[in-house]
Amino acid sequence: MTGFVLHLVALLVLPPLFVGVLQKTKAWFAGRQGAPLLQPYFDLGRLLRKGSVYSHTTTWIFRSGPIIGLASTLTAGLIVPLVDARAPLAFFGDVIAFAYLLGLGRFFTMAAALDTGSSFEGMGASREAAFSALIEPGLFCILAAMCLSGGVASLGPAFSSLHVPGGVPHPAVVITATALVIVLLAENSRIPVDDPATHLELTMIHEVMVLDHAGPDLAFILYGSAVKLFVIGAMLVHLVIPVSAAGGGTGLAVLMAGESAVAVLVAVVESAMARLRMRRVPQFVIGASVLGAIGLLILFFRGRA
Amino acid sequence: MLWLVLCAIVFYVAGGFAAALAARSDRAALITGTACAVFGSILGSGASLAVLLGEAAGSVTARWPAPVGQFQVGLDGLSAFFALCVFLVSGLSAVYGAGYLAGQHHARRLAPAVVFFDLLVASMALVVIARDGVLFLLAWEVMSMTSFFLVTFENDRDDVRRAGTIYLAASHAGVVLLILFFTLVAQHAGGFGFDAMQRATAPASSGALFWLALLGFGSKAGFWPMHFWLPEAHPAAPSHVSALMSGVMIKMGVYGLLRALTFLGPPPAWWGLVLLGIGVTSGVGGVLHALAQHDLKRLLAYHSVENIGIIALGIGLGLLGQAQANADVAFVGYAGALLHVLNHGLFKGLLFQGAGSVLRATATRDIDSLGGLARRMPVTALTFLIGAVAISALPPLNGFVSEWLVYVAAFRAGNSLSPAWAFAGLFVAPALALIGGLAAACFVKAYGIVFLGEPRSPAAAAARESGWLLLAPMFVGAALCVAIGLGASASLTLVSEPAAALADLAGAPANLEGPLVAVSIVGAVFVCVALLLALLRARLLRGREVRTAGTWGCGYVHPEPRMQYTAASFAQPLLAPFAIVFRHVAHTRAPEGFFPRTASAEEHLGDRAAIAIEYASGAFVGFLGRLRAMEHGRTSLYLAYVLATLLVLLVWHALRFIPVVRV
Repeated sequence: MTGFVLHLVALLVLPPLFVGVLQKTKAWFAGRQGAPLLQPYFDLGRLLRKGSVYSHTTTWIFRSGPIIGLASTLTAGLIVPLVDARAPLAFFGDVIAFAYLLGLGRFFTMAAALDTGSSFEGMGASREAAFSALIEPGLFCILAAMCLSGGVASLGPAFSSLHVPGGVPHPAVVITATALVIVLLAENSRIPVDDPATHLELTMIHEVMVLDHAGPDLAFILYGSAVKLFVIGAMLVHLVIPVSAAGGGTGLAVLMAGESAVAVLVAVVESAMARLRMRRVPQFVIGASVLGAIGLLILFFRGRA
Repeated sequence: MLWLVLCAIVFYVAGGFAAALAARSDRAALITGTACAVFGSILGSGASLAVLLGEAAGSVTARWPAPVGQFQVGLDGLSAFFALCVFLVSGLSAVYGAGYLAGQHHARRLAPAVVFFDLLVASMALVVIARDGVLFLLAWEVMSMTSFFLVTFENDRDDVRRAGTIYLAASHAGVVLLILFFTLVAQHAGGFGFDAMQRATAPASSGALFWLALLGFGSKAGFWPMHFWLPEAHPAAPSHVSALMSGVMIKMGVYGLLRALTFLGPPPAWWGLVLLGIGVTSGVGGVLHALAQHDLKRLLAYHSVENIGIIALGIGLGLLGQAQANADVAFVGYAGALLHVLNHGLFKGLLFQGAGSVLRATATRDIDSLGGLARRMPVTALTFLIGAVAISALPPLNGFVSEWLVYVAAFRAGNSLSPAWAFAGLFVAPALALIGGLAAACFVKAYGIVFLGEPRSPAAAAARESGWLLLAPMFVGAALCVAIGLGASASLTLVSEPAAALADLAGAPANLEGPLVAVSIVGAVFVCVALLLALLRARLLRGREVRTAGTWGCGYVHPEPRMQYTAASFAQPLLAPFAIVFRHVAHTRAPEGFFPRTASAEEHLGDRAAIAIEYASGAFVGFLGRLRAMEHGRTSLYLAYVLATLLVLLVWHALRFIPVVRV
């Protein structure tokens, strides 16, 4: 029960913190002092206190987009182990539910974008659709690799089975983790796939889709993307650091350290490189599938040897 | 329970004949035909549901005067499951059809559509309960012919007649293979009865028979590249017929294939691999071509190819499991495939009905001239959205449950089969993920461009919601999609008996119940969280200023509906990496001279498989044309042909009595 409460608290409270870490690191790279670590919380609070403006064109789809996006991300967050080895909603085949819940949120975000009738948002939705469809096989190669080594299609046992006690990480784990980093960058609309700091028409994907949202709706969207970064970051942390069995305070500490590392990693990538040209993005994204498939092959033959 | 299903068939046949008798009055024909169809569907789906839940079924045999075969029908789990699909979707389509056709009142006589609809449903029900090869083929042929007359219902249109011809040719090419298949199996088993065929030992040439069944039934099911008739015929038919054809008629091919596999003895593993290959090509090819379409009904037709691919993936995994004596994998694979048959019937029926409702309201199927219909047709928009989310396999709806089963089969295959086959099974997961991602993209496009934004044409702006006869079946279909999605574990009981029979198991393995309950819980948790958030949002916005204004146009002050993103531009970045799949056809007329008058540019992405088959059939017809040199009208020469044939036969017959030649 405490595990469940801890999971819920971590899932609901912590995510914006790591967005703060990310932004602070980026500011440090740019030679600025940057906003306080807790700025994302202040932003959310400010937006939640506002009213809202809706376009004449929009219907209830537009209003349901942020709600369904956040609800699906939170539900997906109940499937990924955070502090304990076992997530609250763990079952055989939960990985599939995880991936498709993220897909559900994306479906409604894109539909809400098209609901405004704006060609900018349509363009963003179109690109989001294209890149997310291409990232999906990569994500499933990674999930299949994890499940193969765990013997079950569930995230918790899959993580714990990948670790050799006290040894160096298996090459397959390194490759799979690299693929997962690509998935993390693409799913969370970060550089080099998308630029979260701009919605100019040449670079826009995710930010432009939510151009028309305001007030609490925008707060839901920002909070949802923080949760998504946190949840996929947790997958990466568990894949690389053998933390799954810890639980309790230790588990929480290791998770927070790991998540901070992920945020710093993303910030370093964002500071060190530019956004890819739109035509190059599919190649980058398909790279995740290729790496994932290689990881899958290695694990497959390790298991059979 | 079998007699109830027979009663249902009798109802449908009676409905067909009554409508034919009442053909003078459109109204009378519609009412009699539809009423009988609804009664038949209630009886039939109730009876088949009872059999699936454990009621005994039995079989009926009667002799007939024909020299081969006999009238033998039966209702096992597999038959009952497909009968349930047939009756469920037919009942909904019949009610919808009554409303849909009534709107066409002045264009043409309506009775043929009612008559052939009822007879088509009766023949499909007979196909699934037939226990004799000859009876099966007869019912199959009636099904092909009645559906042909339905496809060509609006036969004053050129494209409809063309589609009808293609459909007729494709279905008869398939039937030839099926006649061959049943004859060969009957020869081996010593009779046309399915019991004899099942009891007989595995035929020596089971590999060749497998190919015959695969090609024959696959052409009806729409496996790539035998799908070419499907995107022609389904859009040409009236929308309630498209719903029926796409929803259940192509599944008769799946039923036939599954039934045929039970005649061929234990399957070798490569059969599974063949079906996995077909599944991946049909799935990816179908969804990519769907993305390239701008005709709403053609788009849906290509999605049928995609979903048949997913069903083929499930069957392929089932065969792999069976070949490796792994009943667990086999059961989950077959269960996923079967449940997807039902689910696809429900949501594809719903989507075609939604497309028909749009077509009725706007008189266009061109996605790029629609838009903004969610405000004008709210119920159609809501039900279409539910269908779109379901077909994209997103939780908490029914498409997710069946695709989840196929994924689980793939993961289990990866863990427990011997290496080479495990490997194939494991890579089903990423392939299915790609199909799912592309399908979601395609339905965001279809739903977003058709129902959201501003209307792109006056017709779309003037659209009105359809009547309740059209809306009620869509509502029921949408409710069933939600029910199966949230009651995932209960829906397993529908398929557990047939799937266990296919996998040679006594009953459903117990280890699937828990995870399926968990799938339902995930769906329920999602719904609760979403409701809580909606309440929170309403609470937050209460008493605050909520304004409406124009969409933010980045400073542009005179937005125009035509400036909205189109379906073609939406799909472009997705199709660019897959350009090789398509035959890119462009027609451009550049402006000429000093005072150019007209210029035009038009391009579309053609289906390479369909183009190749069109080319091949053209070449074949050309070859047949050359044979016509023999046909010149001179009676004396015809007599000479007869004489020559007789002589050849005589010599051949005589040679058989010379021992030296007989060797």
